[in-house]
Order: sequence, then structure tokens, then C-alpha cells
Amino acid sequence: MALVLNEEQSMLRDSARGLISDKAPVSHLRQLRDAKDATGFSRELWKAFAEMGFSGLLVPENFGGSGLGCVEAGIVMEEIGRTLMPSPFLSTAVLAASALSRGGSDAQKSQYLPKISDGSLLAALAIDEGAKHRPLQTRLQAVRSGNGFRLSGDKAFVVDGHVADLLIVAARSAGKAGEREGLTLFLVDPKTKGIATERTAMVDSHNAARIVFDNVEVNADGVLGEVDQGHGLLDGVLNIGRGAVASEMVGLSEEVFGRTVTYLKERKQFGKLIGEFQALQHRAAQLYIEIEITRAAVLKALQTLDGDFANAAAAVAVAKARAGATATQAVQEGVQMHGGMGMTDQFDIGFFMKRARVCQELFGDANFHADQLARMKSY
Amino acid sequence: MSDLEKFRRETRAWLEANCPPEMRRPMTSEADTFWGGRNAKFSSEPQRVWFERMRDKGWTVPHWPTEYGGGGLDAEQTKIVRQEMAAIGARQPLVSFGISMLGPALLKYGTDAQKKEHLPKITAGLIRWCQGYSEPNAGSDLASLQTRAESDGDDYVINGQKIWTSYANYADWIFCLVRTDPTAKKHDGISFILFDMTSKGVSTKPILLISGYSPFCETFFDNVRVPKSHVVGTVNRGWDVAKYLLQHERAMISGMGERGVGRPLGQVATDSVGSDEQGRLEDAMLRGQIATFEIDEAALAAAAERAVDLAKAGQAHPAFSSAMKYYGTELNKRRHEILMSAGGVDALEWESERSRGGARPRAWLRTKANSIEGGTSEVMLGIVAKRILDLPGA
Ligand SMILES: Cc1cc2nc3c(=O)[nH]c(=O)nc-3n(C[C@H](O)[C@H](O)[C@H](O)COP(=O)(O)OP(=O)(O)OC[C@H]3O[C@@H](n4cnc5c(N)ncnc54)[C@H](O)[C@@H]3O)c2cc1C
Repeated sequence: MALVLNEEQSMLRDSARGLISDKAPVSHLRQLRDAKDATGFSRELWKAFAEMGFSGLLVPENFGGSGLGCVEAGIVMEEIGRTLMPSPFLSTAVLAASALSRGGSDAQKSQYLPKISDGSLLAALAIDEGAKHRPLQTRLQAVRSGNGFRLSGDKAFVVDGHVADLLIVAARSAGKAGEREGLTLFLVDPKTKGIATERTAMVDSHNAARIVFDNVEVNADGVLGEVDQGHGLLDGVLNIGRGAVASEMVGLSEEVFGRTVTYLKERKQFGKLIGEFQALQHRAAQLYIEIEITRAAVLKALQTLDGDFANAAAAVAVAKARAGATATQAVQEGVQMHGGMGMTDQFDIGFFMKRARVCQELFGDANFHADQLARMKSY
Repeated sequence: MSDLEKFRRETRAWLEANCPPEMRRPMTSEADTFWGGRNAKFSSEPQRVWFERMRDKGWTVPHWPTEYGGGGLDAEQTKIVRQEMAAIGARQPLVSFGISMLGPALLKYGTDAQKKEHLPKITAGLIRWCQGYSEPNAGSDLASLQTRAESDGDDYVINGQKIWTSYANYADWIFCLVRTDPTAKKHDGISFILFDMTSKGVSTKPILLISGYSPFCETFFDNVRVPKSHVVGTVNRGWDVAKYLLQHERAMISGMGERGVGRPLGQVATDSVGSDEQGRLEDAMLRGQIATFEIDEAALAAAAERAVDLAKAGQAHPAFSSAMKYYGTELNKRRHEILMSAGGVDALEWESERSRGGARPRAWLRTKANSIEGGTSEVMLGIVAKRILDLPGA
């Protein structure tokens, strides 16, 4: 497969860009932040997303979606990254749709997937418990009880957790923290007794929640995939999410970089455009090169997820690590080269810096993925 | 099955049957490279067999036209040949400046007669070329070069000095930049000319590098007579040819690192440093450096692949080779810093047998030239800033 977008993919990009840049420029996020909006995103826009077919992008056709792949999801994520549009696209259309279509029973699929596709159901993935992404360290207990399980424990950084109609929860049904065996995924209705959700206002003004599970009863039919064997499914879903977030960071990096280069061509000091200074030219050129290389790595990972899913882990680790490092560099140079202007809240650039930090942590930072890669290669 | 899948199957089968096992192992030194030329010697029988089979199939340069001894393959097929060769670790059967630099320039700017004369000898590895660009006072500022070519009937008479001419002492012919109009603006009076290194008046003197090798020369021209028909492209417009060739040179240098070849760095490091109970490299900082390096290396490989696909789709920026040259060479230097660090004091031995004549430190030192030869990293960044990002000129 060629590492460039084909015609349909370019069309998808254009239509996503059109909608997002028109309806959700950075000022959209700013408004939601300033209004301390309780939802944190626009439901109206989410409806428009569903009408464009974006919410059902990864949902198979027989469940009402368009059955497209990770490359296409990445295209939408990249456009989201350009304007920092807050939306449940990642949590619902990417993560939940993948989890259900990869691991769900027929009954589970028919119950949820059509609703994800038509935009009427929001879902969230509850994985992390500590400060850093460590899925194998899952401790939230699932104890067998009656024909089902009882869940107890805490989840942190549950993206869109406060508005979700469905939670997908990773729990330890056997074994010890750190072990691969003994993980199970559950579909849980957030209104179930024993669940307490606290919305956490994050640095980037996007949504996340802390959720406490106190003896929450789940029926056996709430198990997604196989009991104790959830790791494979979870890992696959996380890899899709990592590819998607990497794409978001490519969009974000490119946007900040574009704004920075424009500034270099406008701002005058010492009677010159600052873009004439070689020290800045070289740093801009370096950053451009980093972004181009990262873009290729991310596209490679997304294509591998679509074409050779079982062997995509290394390409995904490369993509997520690169994208995290590149986005960090892009926002830091962006602020620095804008001088004092870059430090003002009135100016948009800080929004990119904040979002980049969050995306870096989401599903593993660059160090996490470097470690993963080293493990895969046995050193 | 699509035609391409069929082609892939056939390619795989052919390589399997024809690439000797010895040619699927990583090179151990530069002597393992076959450069061709009038005085070429094979370092081993498998090397000869491999070269001749590939030559006969037209695959020393798979994408050149068959009439010049190439394989006549399109971009998709060429990519498949490269991928299948990489999959079994097959070595390049022939490495040559004729393939990576002169050939593309001749294909674009050469006359029919020039193409017929030179290209088949390049694909067949019969003539070894060297590059006469740099001069003592024309390095990064190449266009200030002073070597003169004066018109004398049907010939030019060339006088001057080149420097850093790689392998000039082994080369059969040189592609050379000379000043044909000293009165014109510096870019406008340069011509691109080809001549035989055995011509009367050509002499070379090796330069010893910090690596202890001296594959580079000072090259002197003392009244060298060259027929005017040897000019490639238009007289005084040689700068266009030179720049076009540099794009190919830069693309070649960016791919020159041992990417994906040889023992994985993590294993090399484990051999000398050891690992902990959990199988992790004993030196945590080094482990992190290696993993981060491998991430960047894999990303660069994807970018190289994408560059080819973009070119095929007509979406490539002509200056992008400078971006790749910059990153590829800086990365290769990093690789060798890590190799030295992983080797510790063992990697410091310079002449012992155990160290294969100091192969590792010599290779490490050699890589420091990567970000200088073919245009320095600073110059590459300047090109990206001005031509791609369109930042204002100084
Ligand atoms: C191993 C090796 C092999 C080579 N092989 C060949 C060959 O086969 N044929 C051939 O013709 N040449 C060859 N070269 C020459 C090579 O192309 C030149 O060395 C190179 O272009 C740099 O020129 P210079 O050495 O004169 O350095 P200089 O141009 O003097 O540069 C010195 C320093 O100044 C910096 N600098 C210069 N201009 C600028 C600027 N505008 N902005 C910022 N920084 C700047 C450079 O980046 C560098 O750091 C080879 C060189 C080496 C080391």
C-alpha cells in the first residue's frame, strides 16, 4: 500500500476539515471553557458528525456504520487536532466502536453499535487507575457473585466519562497487578448503583472523569469478550486508540507549526522579519522535518492496523512515541517563537500546548512506548 | 491475483533461488561492497555470482530502461524488488556513484549519444565514477568554484583543483563542475562535464581522515583536454544539472545508514553490557537511548517509503531530499554514538585483530562526515527553511 492518501481518503479529509474548521475553530473550545460548559462539547456538532457518517466510521456496515478503517479514523482525528475540537469521537466512535465490534457478542453488537453509529449513544473506556498509563497494573476488582460480578475500585482519566451512556471497564477478575492473564472487560451502565462519577476539569479543557466503583453489580452478559482473557482485546483496542491520538497530535503539530511559520514571516525586530534569523530558520526547518517523519510513521501505523492488525504493535509504539515527542517540540517552539505573545491566554497557542501534554499522557507517553518497543525486541 | 502480487511472488522466488546465502548477511566492512570499474575486484566468489546474476536480470538498477541495461520496472515494481531484497537481507550487488548520482542527471539532461555511451557501462559496473564538485575555497558555497575550462577548438582545456573527491584514486571517469564563463554571475558561468581520469594532466593525492582511511583525494587538473561533446546539458547552465544531481546524492546519503541491517542495537548492547533478571538491558539509560533511536529509525524508514510514494503521486517537494539528508545523517551519527557507548572500552581498540582492525571506532569516525559530505546539515536546514518553508532570505 502506498503511504499516501487515496482519492476517497482525501475527500474524507476535505469534508472533515470543512466541517471542523467551520463549526469548531479554536474559539469554540475557548467558549466552552469560558462558559464552564457542563457537557464540555457541543451535542449539536456531534449530531452533525453523525449525519456526516463520522460517528459510524468504524462500525461495520451490517450494524449501520460505514465499516471503514483506522486510516479513515486517523484522518478525522487529525482534523480534530488542528482545531482542538472537543468531541466524543475518540471515546465513542473510535474506542467503544472498536471494542464492541472486535469483542462483542452478536447481542451486544446489535444493542450498541447502531446507536454509536447514529450518534445517540456515548461511551467511555475506563482503563487507567494511577498517574501513568499502565493497563497491566489494573487492580479494580471483579469478584464473581451470583450469575455475574461485583466491581470495586477506582478509575482515573476516563475520557468523556461524565457524559457516557455506557462504560467499558477493565477489571482484574484473576491474578495480580502486572499480569497479563486475569483481565476482563465489562460493559457497565453508569447509572448502576454504586458508581460515583466526578468530572475532572483538565488542563486542556477537554473532558475526563474519575469514577469510583463500590460493589457495582454486573450481569454475566455484561462481559465483553472472554472472562480473564481480556488483555488481547484491550491491547488491540488501545492500539487503535494510540494510532488515533497519534493522528490528533500530527494535526495539532502541523497547525501550531503553520501558525509559527506565519508569525516568523510577519513579526519584525531589529528592522528585519524574525524569520530572516538563521537561528530561527534552522529550528523551524528541524521541526518541519520532525513533523514530516512523524506523519509518515503515523500513517504507517494506521495502515498496518488496517492491513496486518496482529502485527501492528511495534508500528503503533513508534507512531505514538514519535507523535508525543514531536507535538511537545512543536508546541514548545511555537510558544518560544511567538515570544511574550505566546504566553498570553488571549492568544490560541497555549491551547495547543495544553492539549499536547494531555495527548502525550493518553494511552502511554513516549517513554512508555519506547519501553514497549524494547520489550518487543527483547532487550 | 493482481499483476503486482504475481510480480512479488516471482521476485521472491527468483531472489530465493539466486541470492547466495553469503550475500544475505550484513556487510562486515567497506571491502564487502562491490563498486565496479575497470580495475574492479570481487572480494569473494558469492559476491561475483550475485553481481552477475543481478546484472543479467537488469536489477543493478531495476528502474532504468532495459536499453541501458536496467530492469525497465515501474515505481511500484521497483519498490517490491527493494522490499523483497530487504526481507532476506540481500546486499546491494553494485554500489556506484554512476547509479546514485550521475545516472539520474544523464537520463534527464544527457544527449542520446551520451546516454548510450555511459548508462550501459554503469549498469554493468564497467566504469567507476567520481564527483568533482568541491574545491578548497568552494565548499558549502559551491557556486564560487574556480576550476577553469577554456575553449580551444573542439576541446576545453581544464585547469584547477578539486578537493574531497571520494575515491578519485580508484575512479575511471569524473563528472566535474568547471567555470566556462568567468565573467558571468557565479551560478551562470558553470558547466557540467565528463572526462576520463586517465587523461593527460589529471593527478590525485589521497587525504588521510580521522578514521585512518583515505578514500578522499585532492585532484589536480593541469591543461586537461576534454572534447566539448562531453558537456552534459547546456554550456554555462551546468548549475541546473549539478543541483539535480545533488538531490539524488542527498537521497542516497540519507539512506546510507545501516538501517535494518546488521545485528539489532539492543542485542549488540546486551552482548557487552548484560541484562537484568527481567531480561532488560542492564544499563537503563542506554536502553532508553536505544529504544528512542529505534523509534526514530523506524519513523525515518516510513518517511523514506513515503517520499517515494509521494514522488510517484506527483506530490513530492523537490527540496525534500534535503530534509531526508539532514535527518538520515544525524540519525546515523547517533547510531554510531550508541554503538560506541554499548561497546565501552572494547570499542576503543584501534588495531587489534579482535577488533577487526578497529572496525567499530573507524566506522564511528567515518559517520561524522555524513552531515558534511553532499552538503552540510546547516546548509540542508537553510534549504528547507527557504525553499520549503519559504522563510525570507538573509
Ligand atoms: C568524507 C567526505 C567526502 C566527500 N566527498 C566529496 C566528493 O566525492 N566530491 C566532492 O566534490 N566533494 C566531496 N566532499 C566535500 C563536501 O561536499 C564539502 O566538504 C561540504 O560541501 C562542505 O564544505 P566545506 O568542507 O568546505 O565546509 P565549509 O563550507 O567551509 O563549512 C564549514 C562550516 O560552516 C558552516 N556553514 C557554511 N555555510 C553556512 C551557511 N550559509 N549557514 C550556516 N552554516 C554554514 C557549515 O555547515 C560547516 O559547519 C566530501 C566531504 C567529505 C568530508
